[in-house]
Amino acid sequence: MDKIYLDHASATPVRKRVIKAMLPYFGEYFGNPSTVYDMGSSIKQVIEDQRAKVAELIGANAKEIIFTSSGAEANNLAVKGVAFAGQKKGNHIIISAIEHHSVLNSARFFERMDYEVTFLPVNEYGLVNPEALREAIRPETILVSIMHANNEIGTVEPISEISAVCREKGVLFHTDAVATAGNIPVDVNELNVDLLSLSGVSLGAPKGIGALYFREKLRLMPLIHGGIQESGRRGGTENVPAIVGLGKAAELASEELTDKVGHVRELRDCLFSGINDRIDQIRYTGHPHNRLPGHASFCIGAIEGESLIYMLNQYGIYANTGSACASKALKTSPVLVAIGIPPDLAQGSIVFTINSTNTMKEVEYVLNKLFLAVARLRELSPVWRKSKAA
Amino acid sequence: MYFVNNQEPDETLDLVCRMCPLHLLEPGEKLRCLKKGQVLEVLTDYDGALEDIPAWCEKCGQEFIGMEEEEDCYKLYIRKIK
Repeated sequence: MDKIYLDHASATPVRKRVIKAMLPYFGEYFGNPSTVYDMGSSIKQVIEDQRAKVAELIGANAKEIIFTSSGAEANNLAVKGVAFAGQKKGNHIIISAIEHHSVLNSARFFERMDYEVTFLPVNEYGLVNPEALREAIRPETILVSIMHANNEIGTVEPISEISAVCREKGVLFHTDAVATAGNIPVDVNELNVDLLSLSGVSLGAPKGIGALYFREKLRLMPLIHGGIQESGRRGGTENVPAIVGLGKAAELASEELTDKVGHVRELRDCLFSGINDRIDQIRYTGHPHNRLPGHASFCIGAIEGESLIYMLNQYGIYANTGSACASKALKTSPVLVAIGIPPDLAQGSIVFTINSTNTMKEVEYVLNKLFLAVARLRELSPVWRKSKAA
Repeated sequence: MYFVNNQEPDETLDLVCRMCPLHLLEPGEKLRCLKKGQVLEVLTDYDGALEDIPAWCEKCGQEFIGMEEEEDCYKLYIRKIK
């Protein structure tokens, strides 16, 4: 069996049609889009075409899209751009306790400047309670940021209900849709959001490109001051090949979304039931139903997640523990802490994220090898022996 | 500089938080969508616009009506002449 890649939340392979679309913009079409001669102005038009494709994926208008260098930059621009632009209106920001670090640390950055940040708790499935949000909003609240879905536990938040509370209270609402755009339907009008971040990494586009949707007429302080690029909202000569890649990936995602959702859900459900049948002491994480269709996450008792990842790697299987940052810092994942997973069980966190290129045969192979790897690691585990003896 | 009060605009262009030279690029584009005689209100927090926009109006043959100062921005009014 070739390599089986089940870590699409970390990065997706750049699709061949995306690479083909990008290639001319590394060579033949190299002009600066801000120039007035045709070598530049024609490329400016290409950028606008890609903006329309990205907008279509999320039901937005093209002029409401700002290209950024990543999903993290889009999240930074949303939080910092709104907070700086709204500093005369208020100094209070609300985020959930399970946000990505690019939202979490952007909010913490403002705590150093006399802003106040409320970290909304989540329940055992990782869901934010809209009523708790309503109670947390104050007259000086200028922004609420709650992610559309969590990449570590797969839970999809009730964004429409959350945005309704923000709308009622007159507070701007941002959602990080890096985990959802291209994986489930995302429509800015149905979700009723003011700002939404997405990334090329999870769409089959190259790394180094993302986008921020912002509702027209919303005031946003730029993070990168420069020229007239992105209508003065993000300076710097545009990364044209990456923008073309994101546009093509968004176009393909729009066309293929329905088929993809059905396929990855079937594989995910098979993976879940196979694990349930073969491995004991499993605790699934995230919501059982309101979750990303290609996302399987769980904690395995008496297993150290990183050891399991290394062992699966030996079998040619690529998965993740869920939180690379927390794992490298030797900390328990804050997301798993927030949903109440005990620290010893949280050590055994495993996340499989499935894409349309994965097959049922691959899932069966993964189930066999996962069972072997868990059995082998448990043989070596004093914790396991102790629990068996007890 | 002319100061005005309660000028009624036909369209508003919000350039708050956006830097030079957007205040000289976007009014021209917006005016193209207006009819002759209609008034464009430009919101900006950029001080330089107070000199630049009247000068731009003179150069482009548009009428600069005047400005009003708000707490968080300036409001500048341009009447489309051509």
